[in-house]
Amino acid sequence: MLSHPRFYWGETGNVLTPPLFKLPLPASRALVPTGYGYVLPDQNGWSRYLHFQAAWVVVLTGLLYIISSFFTGHLRKNLLPGKAGLSWRAFSMAIAKHLRFARPSAEEAWSYNLLQRLSYLFVIFVLFPLVIWTGLAMSPAFVSAVPATVTLLGGQQSARTIHFFVSLSLLLFLLVHVVMVCLAGFRSRMRAMITGRAGTHMEGT
Amino acid sequence: MSVLSRRKLIKTGLAAAAGVSGLGVAARIAQKYGLVPPDHGGVYGLGETLTYASQRLLTRHSLAREFSRSQISKPPLANEMPPLSDEFKRLQTGGFSDWRLSITGMAAQPASFSLDQLKSYPSQSQITMLQCEEGWSYIAEWIGVSLSHMLQVVEVHPQARYVVYYSIDPDWWESIDMADALHPQTFLAYGMNGDELPVGNGGPLRLRLPRQLGYKSVKFITHLTVTDSLKGFGKGLGSASPETGYAWYAGI
Repeated sequence: MLSHPRFYWGETGNVLTPPLFKLPLPASRALVPTGYGYVLPDQNGWSRYLHFQAAWVVVLTGLLYIISSFFTGHLRKNLLPGKAGLSWRAFSMAIAKHLRFARPSAEEAWSYNLLQRLSYLFVIFVLFPLVIWTGLAMSPAFVSAVPATVTLLGGQQSARTIHFFVSLSLLLFLLVHVVMVCLAGFRSRMRAMITGRAGTHMEGT
Repeated sequence: MSVLSRRKLIKTGLAAAAGVSGLGVAARIAQKYGLVPPDHGGVYGLGETLTYASQRLLTRHSLAREFSRSQISKPPLANEMPPLSDEFKRLQTGGFSDWRLSITGMAAQPASFSLDQLKSYPSQSQITMLQCEEGWSYIAEWIGVSLSHMLQVVEVHPQARYVVYYSIDPDWWESIDMADALHPQTFLAYGMNGDELPVGNGGPLRLRLPRQLGYKSVKFITHLTVTDSLKGFGKGLGSASPETGYAWYAGI
């Protein structure tokens, strides 16, 4: 991103073609006219190695998570909204409650509320698959085997632009999550996440 | 320690041992079938090996996307490059008539070719994308002779596993496996968009490898050598790229 902070739509894009938008950042390559007058040091080598290794971790653990959530009932019990939650009324009530920062009632605190369920489903079944798809669409070798990966998105530069926005959304989701964990009580939430047991039902501590 | 936890410990230990030896066997099989990249060492080696191995299994014969003439980028981008050497400038003044490409190594008829000689072999063209790891890209028509044809001309030995290729710029050399070297779209390109290949785009002679990122398409090619091992080349990581921190396999 820093080596070319310009984004395009379609198949191709370079400094000779008009960008869709530019990030207000200096670049790590002298080729890119940013107007900042200096060039950042190149960090692409190791960060690309790290990126693609991390991609394998995401794909493999993600597959394991999705498959196991089908079989253990995690998806049905904890993620899919119940029948009652699928009405507009329930939805607007959940939003109103959320906007008032109302504290969850005692029984609600033990499961995910409607908004949580919907946002988790969106992250798991929309954002992650999309970030992997758009990533593969930028691979010249992968698209040689499966050209539809990139043509369905409208081109390799479109894939890069979508990849950028989806990864930004995932980053935002992560940051908001960390903030919420801190607000809800860092120690008890972390303990619950690691052990799988919520605070008052702790065993053996 | 209770009996139960000891049993659990033994079980876990056995499972771990089986896992490690299973990985060992997998690594040996992968090595045998050429699925391990030369830069497989270090912390990022596992990710690189998974990428290279899975793409070799999936994309060995697949063809890079080709585009229509109307999609050719106008004008084609000539990106920044290090200053050209005096040797290059001398050859340029002479209209590159003294430019030579030598092919050496595991071949029955190693030889050296002038540009005119290369042009006398059957020429091919392709309209493919050049995609830089930095994020930019352009589409051009590339004209040249396929590398596999030239490897036939020098009669490459069947034991050959890699082709190492060198730019006139001594810091830029790369290598590819035989799947890429014999691939029909791997070109020694001397022309672009119906004309000579401009110096800015790698002229007079550039390797074109449309299924990998631009840095594998080395500009100003003067020398190729065919080998069965990359150990003796540079630091043994396959090419100059891993020595400066970039992946050897750039099909991503």
